[in-house]
Amino acid sequence: MGRYVVRRLLQAIPVLLGTTFLIFTLVYWLPGDPIQALAGDRAVDPVFRATMREMFHLDDPLVVQYGYYIQGIFSGDFGTTFRGLPVSTIFEGKFQITLNLAMTALVIEAIVGIGLGLVAALRRGKATDTAILAFTLLLVSIPTLVSGFVLQLVLGLQLKTSTGIDFFPVAGTSAGWRSYLLPGIVLAGTSIAYLTRLTRTSLMETLRADYVRTAIAKGMPRRRVLGRHALRNSLIPLVTYLGADLGALMSGAVITETIFNLNGIGRQLVDSVYLSENSVVVGIVTVLVLIFIAANLIVDLLYAVLDPRIRYE
Amino acid sequence: MKNPSVDTHLLPADSGTIGTEPLLAVDNLHVEFTTRQGVARAVNGVSYSLNAGETLAVLGESGSGKSVTAQAIMGILDMPPARIPKGEIRFRGTDLLQLSEAQRSQIRGQQIAMIFQDALSALNPVFTVGWQIAEMFRVHKGMSKKAAYAKAIELMDRVRIPAARQRVNDYPHQFSGGMRQRIMIAMSIALDPEVLIADEPTTALDVTVQAQIMELLAELQRESNMGLILITHDLGVVADVADKIAVMYGGRIVENAPVHDIYGNAAHPYTKGLLESIPRVDMKGQELYAIKGLPPNLLDMPTGCAFHPRCPFRQDNCVTDVPALHEISGTRSSACHYWREVLDGTAG
Repeated sequence: MGRYVVRRLLQAIPVLLGTTFLIFTLVYWLPGDPIQALAGDRAVDPVFRATMREMFHLDDPLVVQYGYYIQGIFSGDFGTTFRGLPVSTIFEGKFQITLNLAMTALVIEAIVGIGLGLVAALRRGKATDTAILAFTLLLVSIPTLVSGFVLQLVLGLQLKTSTGIDFFPVAGTSAGWRSYLLPGIVLAGTSIAYLTRLTRTSLMETLRADYVRTAIAKGMPRRRVLGRHALRNSLIPLVTYLGADLGALMSGAVITETIFNLNGIGRQLVDSVYLSENSVVVGIVTVLVLIFIAANLIVDLLYAVLDPRIRYE
Repeated sequence: MKNPSVDTHLLPADSGTIGTEPLLAVDNLHVEFTTRQGVARAVNGVSYSLNAGETLAVLGESGSGKSVTAQAIMGILDMPPARIPKGEIRFRGTDLLQLSEAQRSQIRGQQIAMIFQDALSALNPVFTVGWQIAEMFRVHKGMSKKAAYAKAIELMDRVRIPAARQRVNDYPHQFSGGMRQRIMIAMSIALDPEVLIADEPTTALDVTVQAQIMELLAELQRESNMGLILITHDLGVVADVADKIAVMYGGRIVENAPVHDIYGNAAHPYTKGLLESIPRVDMKGQELYAIKGLPPNLLDMPTGCAFHPRCPFRQDNCVTDVPALHEISGTRSSACHYWREVLDGTAG
C-alpha cells in the first residue's frame, strides 16, 4: 500500500511537467505584451521595457523560459508577477476559499445526488422516479449565471427580508461556513443532476445482482438488503465520479465566485489572463493539477476499501 | 439415504384433512411474467410435495419452470413483473402465499433455505465469507458478533472447509468454486432449515467437485432430516441422491416417479428422450441422441400437449387436447395420453 502511494506520487511528476509545459506554451502564445499591459494606454520607456524583458527572461526561447520556471517550482518558488509581487502572496487565502467552496459543493452534491438517486432507483418507473429525472434535466438545463442570481435573490435577499433571518449570506466570506452554502448549492447544481442519474443506474443494476437475491433468500430485512448488501457495491462508480468532480468544481468556480463575490482562485485566474500575468496563470493551473492528482489517488485508495477484490501492493 | 416415508404427492388439492399433510406442498401453482411481448406463462399448474428427510429431484431443461417454482416457494420472485394468479404453497399446512412479507421473511432462510447455482455471483463480493455466514445468526438470532463468528467457523468446519478458522475473514473471490459452494451451503443450513432448495448446485463445478458437493448435501440431509428439493438437468446427479423425481416441461409436471422406477422405464416421451440423451460409454462412436426441436416459447405455448411439436409418438389428439396427469400407480403419474404405450415400448 505504502509503495503503491509512492509509485503513484512519482508518476505524478511527468504528469505535472506535461501539464505545466502545455499551459506555459499556451500562455506564451497569448497575444499582447505583458510589459505594455503594466502601462495601460501610455507609452513604455524603452529602457524600462528592456530591463523588464531581461529580468523575466522574455527574450529567451520558450523552452529556456520554461526551464527557469520549473526550476523555481521545484524549489517551492512560484515566481514573481510583473508588478513585483511574489505569486505565492497572491495565492494567499484564495485557494482556501475556492477549496472551501468546492468542498461545500461536493458535500451538497454527494448528499443530494446520492439521496435522490437512491429514491429514484427504489421507486423505479413510478411518479417519484419520473419527477426526479425531470428535475435533473431541469438542473442541467439552467446555466449557473441564471441559477446563481435567482437563488441569490430568492433564498438570499427575499427570504431574509420576509423572515428577518439571514439564512444564506449572499456575498463574501464574513459569515464563516454559512457563506459557502448558497454558492455551494449553485456550483453543485449540474453535478447533482449527473450524480443522481449515476446513482440511480448503479443501484438499479446492483439490485438485479445475484447476491442481492441471496440476501433476500437469507431472510434479511429489506432495509438491510438495501443498506448493507446493495449500497456498498453501488458506491464504487459514485466514488470515481465524485473524485474527478472535485477538480471540475474547483476549476469551474469562476462564475459562482464572481456572482457571490468570493475572492477565490477562479476569479484570480481570469483576471491574470487579462493582465497577461503568465506566472500566476501557470501557478494556479499547477496547483489545480496537483489537487486533481491527489483527488484521483484518494479515489483509487478508496476503491480498495470498498472492494476487497482490488488490492495494491 | 432413500427414505421410506409415505409418498403424498398425489394428494388432492384440499388435502388438509385427508392423511398427513406433507412438510411442503406446492398445489396447482401458476406463475406468469408480464413482458413487453405479452404474458409469459412460466408455471402452469405445478403440484408437488416433500416430506422431512426426503429428496425430490425436479428435472427439466432451461425454461421448464423448475427454478421459477422454487423462487415462488422462497418468495424471491420479482413481483411485478411476476404474478401468481393461482395456486397454493403450503408449508406445514400454512399457505405461504397468504402471509405478509414480514411473516415470509421469518420463514425465508430460517425454515426454508436456498442454494444457488453460481456461488461466485450469489455471494456478496465485498463482505468476508465469515461475515456473510455470521449475518444469519446476528440478524435472525440476535447473537453478538463474536458468538456469530464462532458459529460461522463451526459451520465452515461442518461443510469441511480446510483451516476454517484462518479462512473466516477471507473474501469469496479467494476461494475455489467448490469451496465457494460449500460456503453457500454453510450459509443455507446455518439455522437448521426444514426445507432446503438447491437450484442446480453443481452445474458450475468440475465433475469431481460435483460429486463431493452432492455427497455433502446428502450427508447434511441425513444428519438433520431436512427435506431437499434438488433442481437439476443432470440425470446422473439425480440417480444417486433423489428419492423421487418430478420431470417438468413447459411449466408443467409431465412425469412423477420414484427414482428407481424411472430409469429405463419412462412413462412420458420427454423423460424417455432425456434418458436416451445421456452419453454412454457403450454407445461410443455412435451419434449422441438429442430431443429434436426447441423448448416451447413461453409467450406462445403449443396447443394441446406442450411437447407435441417435438414428440416422436405424436397422435392427432395430442395437438388439440391437453393431457391430464394420469395416475399410473400410487407413486407414479404421467401427463401423456399414450403413457401405456410409452411404458410398454409400443408407442409410435
